[in-house]
Amino acid sequence: MDKHAEVFKEEAYEHLAEIETALLELEETPDDTDLIDCVFRSMHTIKGSGSMFGFDDIAAFTHEVETVLDFVREGKIGITKQLIDLTLLARDHIRVMLDAYEGGEPADEQTTKQLIDSFRSLIPEGERKEEGSGSDSSPSPAAAKEETATFRIQFCPHTDVFGKGANPILLLNELRELGSSRVVAYTEAIPELEELDPESCYARWDIFLTTSKGVDAIKDVFIFAEDDCDITIDAIDVLSEGDPDKEKEYKKLGEILLERGEITEEELQMTLSGQKKIGEILLDAGLVNEEKIESALTEQEHVKEQREKKKSVESATSVRVASEKLDQLIDLVGELVTAQAGLSQTASRKQDPELVLISEGIERLTAELRDNTMSIRMLPIGTTFSKFRRLVRDLSGELNKEIEMSTEGAETELDKTLIERLNDPMVHLIRNSIDHGIEIPEEREAAGKPRQGTIYLSAVHSGAEVLITIKDDGKGLDKEKILKKAVERGLASPNAELSDKEIFSLILMPGFSTSDTVTKVSGRGVGMDVVKRSIDSLRGSIDISSEMGTGTTITLKLPLTLAIIEGLLIEIKNEYFILPLSAVEECVEFTQKDRAKANGKRLLNVRGEIVPYINLREQFMVEGELPEIEQVVISTVHGFRVGFVVDQVIGEHQTVIKSLGRAYKEVEGVSGATTLGDGTVALILDAPKLLQLVEQKEESLSLA
Amino acid sequence: MGKTIMSVDDSVSVRQMVSFTLKEAGYDVVEAEDGKDALAKLKGSAVNMIITDLNMPNMDGIEFIKNVRADSALKFIPIVMLTTESQDSKKQEGKAAGATGWIVKPFKPDQLMTVVKKVLG
Repeated sequence: MDKHAEVFKEEAYEHLAEIETALLELEETPDDTDLIDCVFRSMHTIKGSGSMFGFDDIAAFTHEVETVLDFVREGKIGITKQLIDLTLLARDHIRVMLDAYEGGEPADEQTTKQLIDSFRSLIPEGERKEEGSGSDSSPSPAAAKEETATFRIQFCPHTDVFGKGANPILLLNELRELGSSRVVAYTEAIPELEELDPESCYARWDIFLTTSKGVDAIKDVFIFAEDDCDITIDAIDVLSEGDPDKEKEYKKLGEILLERGEITEEELQMTLSGQKKIGEILLDAGLVNEEKIESALTEQEHVKEQREKKKSVESATSVRVASEKLDQLIDLVGELVTAQAGLSQTASRKQDPELVLISEGIERLTAELRDNTMSIRMLPIGTTFSKFRRLVRDLSGELNKEIEMSTEGAETELDKTLIERLNDPMVHLIRNSIDHGIEIPEEREAAGKPRQGTIYLSAVHSGAEVLITIKDDGKGLDKEKILKKAVERGLASPNAELSDKEIFSLILMPGFSTSDTVTKVSGRGVGMDVVKRSIDSLRGSIDISSEMGTGTTITLKLPLTLAIIEGLLIEIKNEYFILPLSAVEECVEFTQKDRAKANGKRLLNVRGEIVPYINLREQFMVEGELPEIEQVVISTVHGFRVGFVVDQVIGEHQTVIKSLGRAYKEVEGVSGATTLGDGTVALILDAPKLLQLVEQKEESLSLA
Repeated sequence: MGKTIMSVDDSVSVRQMVSFTLKEAGYDVVEAEDGKDALAKLKGSAVNMIITDLNMPNMDGIEFIKNVRADSALKFIPIVMLTTESQDSKKQEGKAAGATGWIVKPFKPDQLMTVVKKVLG
């Protein structure tokens, strides 16, 4: 934050100069409202920015001045010589306070108080109000409560909600993150297509959410949208720790509708005496419509499910299946996905509506089947976490350190293979934390930390990825030392300006170790780059952040499944390839002119930024004439922007990855293959590896 | 693919801090120093979200928000305003003008990111 503080100080001095000029002019022309606005704004900026960057004394003092100036702006206080004198004095005082940060004399407390009192006395009688602290704060994470409860949330956005830039889907997603939930949509208010206004919202939703985070967390979700929606939150079931036998069955459908006021007691009794299921009868009698029944039924199901889940946590019905059978099943599902893609393509080409309808149905089923099979292979990461407890205990004992392990998200599920392949890298990272991160108890005490160090593991889903964090409260990484070692070993240029993230990433390069002593546990410089390679092979990424004295946090980002890839389909001379979408940022056109412009260097100018590119035709030694216009796919590889020149970009393509088979295992730059809808094979490119290969080639060429 | 956020504030230090935080999180940032500048820049680049101060010369935040909402190409962009607690009435004005949400100054970088996630997904 230091550089921001510097900018603030510069800015503040400028504002103070402007304030002085404006005040002196204002004395001559007291009616000039622009000048008043100018002084107010400058004070306001100093106050706002001051509080952002830690200059609280300046912010507090300026606040008093600003309050009075606000009244001046509104015309409630007139401009007098006294006011101008006082404001000039205040300006000088602020300057003194600023100078104090530059090594000047600290501002005099008495003067501060006197000035504040003088300003306050200028406020007209009726306007004095209690200086309460702002009650509204920005949304912040709500405190977690122990009790799990189920809520019914009725969410009805107003028709004009889109005009406020709000998106109801985002709100639904936020709610879903609070726990397990079901959502029912009401479409009754949506008019026919001719009358539909696409800029209005006609839908509303009922959400049934089971969460331990409390009703405040739910209210927080709607904090911005409160005025633009009707929201009702009711607690409908509290899953207490009590005796399961005492729990009576959740409310019957009729009770739920009665409670909500959708039907009366009479209507309920009348229909109960009939023979059909209550839902049908009510529907037939026109007392409720289908959606209301669906919603009530969903509520019932949801609560039943939650209660069952709670009861059967230990006695889950499970079946043991041989791994090979599961793998076979997944392969078959993969083939099915491909075949179905072919069907969809053909169906849309033939333009036969019947066929298209069937093909869409099959597409939906296949997607569900795929998701279902993928989830069979998912296991909670909790067992892996538990294994590590032993490791932490034994290792900390060996090194005479006191370390405790805490975990969060043990129920997060990951693909079985992923969990297995994560084991070694995680062991290494934890060992590092214990060995090099957390200090011995005496050192910790001396540093004012608790004797016991903590290693904190967490796993959480984030979109289509899973984030695993390994955090310790040890002594953190030494940026200077790392940079020095890197330069020594030729891993970084001495003049390079690297961000903190980039500096920390240096420890992942092969041959790097800043340990002065190599212990039998770690420090040989062989570990971290192996960890990086493991994570890379899982198509994941490692992020390291650290603060000296406070600790280090390592975040592993991994795709949920290894089998399916979201990619960008590209074409080079009728051959097809896939670039993983996660790395792709944008595509730009590339003409003959652009090529000529760069004078033989492979650089491209994208909106003022220079981006190096790799010509894949060259790399793959594809012969033939270059097309008039080529495309450049710009990706981020290892934090750098690089372009890949291709003939055509076809579009996004989600597909099942097939490995190339043993014969092609050594091929570099290609991480697998997939079949497109019509049976063509597309190779999946390994962008980081390609970049590395090109760099190596260039280096060897320049040395030759 | 990356999203772009526009940061509008006449204070260079605040703009820098917001830009820095957003860029670290992987967003592209377009900066503007007041409402007028921001409107001009909106014609040039597509933006997925706007974060704007309220007190600015040439065109203040409220005016700016009204202008954005009046433009059919821009009217659904989520807009978050930066307010100070002494400006509660401004917050209501901002909402009436069409703001999606708000952040109270002073704020920490992770508070900014919480709001960005909330409003942008």
